[in-house]
Amino acid sequence: MPELVSPKPKPPPPASPLLPLRVEGLCYEQGRQRLLDGIDATVEHPGCTVILGPNGAGKTLLLRLLHGLLVPSAGRILWASGPQSEALRRRQAIVFQRPVLLRRSAAANIDYVLRARGFPRAKRPGRIADLLALAGLDDRAARPARVLSGGEQQRLALVRALALEPDVLFLDEPTASLDPASTLAIERLIRLAQGRGVKSFLVTHDIGQARRLADEVLFLHHGRLDEQAAAKPFFKAPGSSRARAYLDGRLVL
Amino acid sequence: MNDIAAAFALALALIRAADPDLVEIVALSLRVSLTAVALACLVGLPLGAALAVLRFRGRGALVLLVNVLMGLPPVVVGLLVYLFLSRSGPLGAFGLLYSPSAMILAQFVLVTPIVAAIARQVVADLHAEYDEQFRAWGIGPWRRVGTLLHEGRHSLLTAALAGFGRAIAEVGAVIIVGGNIDHATRVMTTAIALETSKGDLALALALGLLLLGLAFAVNTLAMVLRHAERGRAHA
Repeated sequence: MPELVSPKPKPPPPASPLLPLRVEGLCYEQGRQRLLDGIDATVEHPGCTVILGPNGAGKTLLLRLLHGLLVPSAGRILWASGPQSEALRRRQAIVFQRPVLLRRSAAANIDYVLRARGFPRAKRPGRIADLLALAGLDDRAARPARVLSGGEQQRLALVRALALEPDVLFLDEPTASLDPASTLAIERLIRLAQGRGVKSFLVTHDIGQARRLADEVLFLHHGRLDEQAAAKPFFKAPGSSRARAYLDGRLVL
Repeated sequence: MNDIAAAFALALALIRAADPDLVEIVALSLRVSLTAVALACLVGLPLGAALAVLRFRGRGALVLLVNVLMGLPPVVVGLLVYLFLSRSGPLGAFGLLYSPSAMILAQFVLVTPIVAAIARQVVADLHAEYDEQFRAWGIGPWRRVGTLLHEGRHSLLTAALAGFGRAIAEVGAVIIVGGNIDHATRVMTTAIALETSKGDLALALALGLLLLGLAFAVNTLAMVLRHAERGRAHA
């Protein structure tokens, strides 16, 4: 019975209320070009779904469509309660590759989001302090956000995204331009959020990061979903030849 | 050559002695132009930001209008304001013609398009950067206008300064609606025009030098402010 001897079984994350997510025949066209072509998928795993694939596969596009920042040319995106809507988007948050920080202090950046969503004024300072502590930015609260280091900025963007306790977190290559220490800090925050029941979708180019964080993998290639699989079997032996080539570090055309 | 040198010496003497006429003229200039610019910012900054963020019918035409108005010759603005304020004009009943208020109004009309046009550009650039994040947060258009005005505050200072530069330096509008009346509506530029034509180069030069100094002072102040704000934490 190999299951019993496996060293540290990961406790299953709490279920996310927005799941399952069903994607049906999702297409996205820009001009004449079809950038995403008929994606069908069902995501039920409450943990981290990593979207992998070579450059131009449509990973970032898929993430933006899921969050509702782009409107699909065809197909549907259905969360547990129905299609993506403004109300549903309020229960989700996104972190971009390059954080979009406001030109004000780190604390004020978080305060802005809380205020915009009508978070009770009296509770704001405490919440801001908690989040800054979570990011290890306690001593940076009053610093202008734009003068923080790259890693600090991304940490701030991440806890700012978590400020409103989203059910779903979208991460678009959040550590693409960060050093290993900053990457580690970001991954720690992602895991922490997951432990609190936040479902995450992560686009990354870093296969090591995908191995560390993924519970499930969506492998895209040329705008199509090439493979959807649980992380363990995927990294052990991917089903598609292209995914195998990608994991081996070969160039995938 | 000697005339010029003598005029320079006299001009410096006037400034050093803080000649009462000189002080009065400079004070009125500052009062008129600063008030006009403050009012122009009050209208022009939100207008420019709204033009950058909001999408509505006729927006393109309005942007074009603002850009055209930006190039209006001051004398034309002076003429239009004159027509509005003259006895038979729509605002004639207020009797504002040949008063500092009329000059403020004229400079306001002159400066608002400049402030609005620069604000539109500044805010449009910022908006391009923030748009996706705003959409992700579900921030509505009006809140965006307010947020972006705050985000662009350093760059928008240049809009105010450009407006002030134009206001303090123009002659055409204030001479038409103000009339260059001694001790009432005489400002630096109108005085320079008059004194030069009268041949009193000393006073003209003194005012010219002060105008130049003012330009330096204002721009230095702006630079200092910008540096200070950049270095300071603003919660």
